[in-house]
Amino acid sequence: MTAAVAPARRAEPAGGGATPAWRPRRSLWRRLAGAQNNNIWFWVFVGPFVAGLAVFVVLPIVWSVVLSLYEARNTVSPTEFVGLQNYRDMLADAAFRSSLLTFVAFAAFIVPTTFACSLSLALLVNRARVARAFFRSVFFLPVACSYVVASLIWKVSIFNGVRFGLANTILAAFGFDGRQWLSRPHPPLYWVVIVSERLWLQVGFYMLLFLAGLQRIPAVLYEAASVDGARPGWQTFRWITLPQLRATSAAVLVLLLINAFQAFDEFYNLLANAALGTYPPYARPPLVYLYYIALGRQQDFGHGSAGAVILTAVIAVFTLVQTRLVGFGKRGSYG
Amino acid sequence: MCARPRREPSTHITRRRLLAGVGGAAAAGILAGDRRLATALGHRPDSGEPPSLSHWYHEYGEEGTLEAVERYAADYTAADVEVEWLPGDWESTIAAGLLTDEGPDVFEWINGPNIDMIQSGQVVPLDDVLGDAAADFDARLIDRMTHDGHVWGIPQMIDMHVLVYRKSLLDEAGLEPPTTMDELLAAAAALTTGSIKGLFVGNDGGVGLLAGYPLWSAGADYLTEDNRVAFTTDAVYESFAKLRELFESDSLLLGAPTDWFDPGSFINGLSAMQLTGLWTFPQLLASEIGDDFDVMAWPQLDASTGSPVLPYAALSSAVSSRTADPDVARAYVKWLWVDSTEHQLDFATSYGFHLPVRHSLREQSDHLSSGPAATTIELITEHGRLTEPLLWTPSAVQAYSDARSRILTEGADPESELAVVADVVTDEVERVLGDAAAATSVATSG
Repeated sequence: MTAAVAPARRAEPAGGGATPAWRPRRSLWRRLAGAQNNNIWFWVFVGPFVAGLAVFVVLPIVWSVVLSLYEARNTVSPTEFVGLQNYRDMLADAAFRSSLLTFVAFAAFIVPTTFACSLSLALLVNRARVARAFFRSVFFLPVACSYVVASLIWKVSIFNGVRFGLANTILAAFGFDGRQWLSRPHPPLYWVVIVSERLWLQVGFYMLLFLAGLQRIPAVLYEAASVDGARPGWQTFRWITLPQLRATSAAVLVLLLINAFQAFDEFYNLLANAALGTYPPYARPPLVYLYYIALGRQQDFGHGSAGAVILTAVIAVFTLVQTRLVGFGKRGSYG
Repeated sequence: MCARPRREPSTHITRRRLLAGVGGAAAAGILAGDRRLATALGHRPDSGEPPSLSHWYHEYGEEGTLEAVERYAADYTAADVEVEWLPGDWESTIAAGLLTDEGPDVFEWINGPNIDMIQSGQVVPLDDVLGDAAADFDARLIDRMTHDGHVWGIPQMIDMHVLVYRKSLLDEAGLEPPTTMDELLAAAAALTTGSIKGLFVGNDGGVGLLAGYPLWSAGADYLTEDNRVAFTTDAVYESFAKLRELFESDSLLLGAPTDWFDPGSFINGLSAMQLTGLWTFPQLLASEIGDDFDVMAWPQLDASTGSPVLPYAALSSAVSSRTADPDVARAYVKWLWVDSTEHQLDFATSYGFHLPVRHSLREQSDHLSSGPAATTIELITEHGRLTEPLLWTPSAVQAYSDARSRILTEGADPESELAVVADVVTDEVERVLGDAAAATSVATSG
């Protein structure tokens, strides 16, 4: 088999070193194609993805940055250059600022919560002695559920405001009055609905990442620790499991953070009044606000794009800070 | 080196064959694509073929509506009309479609295209479409869709909000239909018993739905005749205070499985009164409620201020400026929504109750001549108010909706919240009217 992958031996011109250094020039096409047409096949396989990435990701991002510098209402090929005015408008927009602030607070809460829940679940499932595959599947299954469907069930069946909603039935069983979970902002019970749905949908995925990380920890470490007198439980978890999961944890944290700022689906489907095109000013994710500006009735792509660029910058800054703190991607930081 | 069994050539898919297959499938997809794609790629239909039009509707909930509009499209012979039926967030779909050549030729929008569509040249004027029939159309609607001397939309049918109530429940409580906001609050409280709530104005407590109500009910409006802010009056603040009181009370139904536009909650006895639409009447009449319901307008603020309110709006047809030949699209709109009175009557009254736009057709409908539907039509004549004016831009809608949410659900001060809205509205009106000259040039070139 080795012969097949060895480079083809090049034919030396007759006459050895005494003759002028004349070699038959390979055609440009042959050189571009590479040995065994490797370059061609590389582009055949990679090309479509690069093209897809360029057309559907890179181009829209570039276009969005261009649009953010123009007055672009009801058009994506604007002509009126306004410089940084759209950025100034968006930063001066109290509703946008409040939505960014709300979601910094939301991220600060939801990231550690999802992290802790996923890790706990992974530890439990990892230690299960029976039906491990079953538990793994059961907790992972919600990941396959659509956010829209889950939101409908949460809104209409579990947390509706009438007496026969599941949550209100349970409250009634304990002698409490029913609540209008999503309709009244004081007290802000809508967070219970949003957070419980989000955890149900997301925890399974991150649990799987942690499980993969846990299964890579060599058993000898625990055995050695045990011989050295480490107690099972917190001590082992703190000094062996957690450090060994560092790479996984860092990746999960970055994903969770980006995810928190990109929140859209469950918020929109739980809180928007779709029939009338309104969304309450509280718990309004930046993406929902930008959706209404750029893609909803307003069709203001200039301000919408400026907001999107600002949001991207916020996500980038938080991700960089977090990466610095947890050391994601550092040499030797893998588990 | 191990010997591999030789595969049968017929089942062996080489990379080349796979790629050839994918390419072939793509080519077949292009060939099988619709005519719009072929036209976009440079193929023009022969002169003998009728021109093609794409007509986009939002998804109407009533059964049979899609079949009806497809039938109307098939009846039109001067062009080959293709119907697109848009479920879900249809406004965003149409707005996105209007940015490309693959969008609609004819589309519907509430009360005609919005001011930004008109000013950015996305739609063409429909000035001569109404012709001699203009006088038979609802004058307020045509006024609403007229800007810079041009008509931009042709109304298809009228939808309206109306307050329905269970006659038997009001009788049992010894109540008359409320005529002022205080009476409405008292009635809602009196009708709230155990599992029944007094009033349902939407799952968000009316934040979305009660937009024009607190203004008109207090004798104010969105904008004055000369497009200035008309809602910063003491009566309006008082009106909002009443809505806040209603939200705070225990008499509003909130978070029901169905929303205000669906009669489900009212039929299932979750509320005694509900703000809903005329379109729910067939379901109400067919339900166990039967004729145990009647209608009233939203009450005025008090006996001396404002007037009862019955808002209405019309889904209206507009023509995209990207259409190949605006005259072909205009001719189709004129045929369907002006000349074909039979189709208009069928569309408005055969699939849920709606009101025909033409006065002459309202008298011809059996459904609308008796019972609560007839009362509703009397009320609209007297108290009908068209929803949002043309210069109430999407930014104003957003600012006003945020303010309503804060006032109603969080108890914010109406005066300061509405002052913020007034600033946004003033800026927006200035932005829009400042571009008036540009709009005129767009209109004339269209």
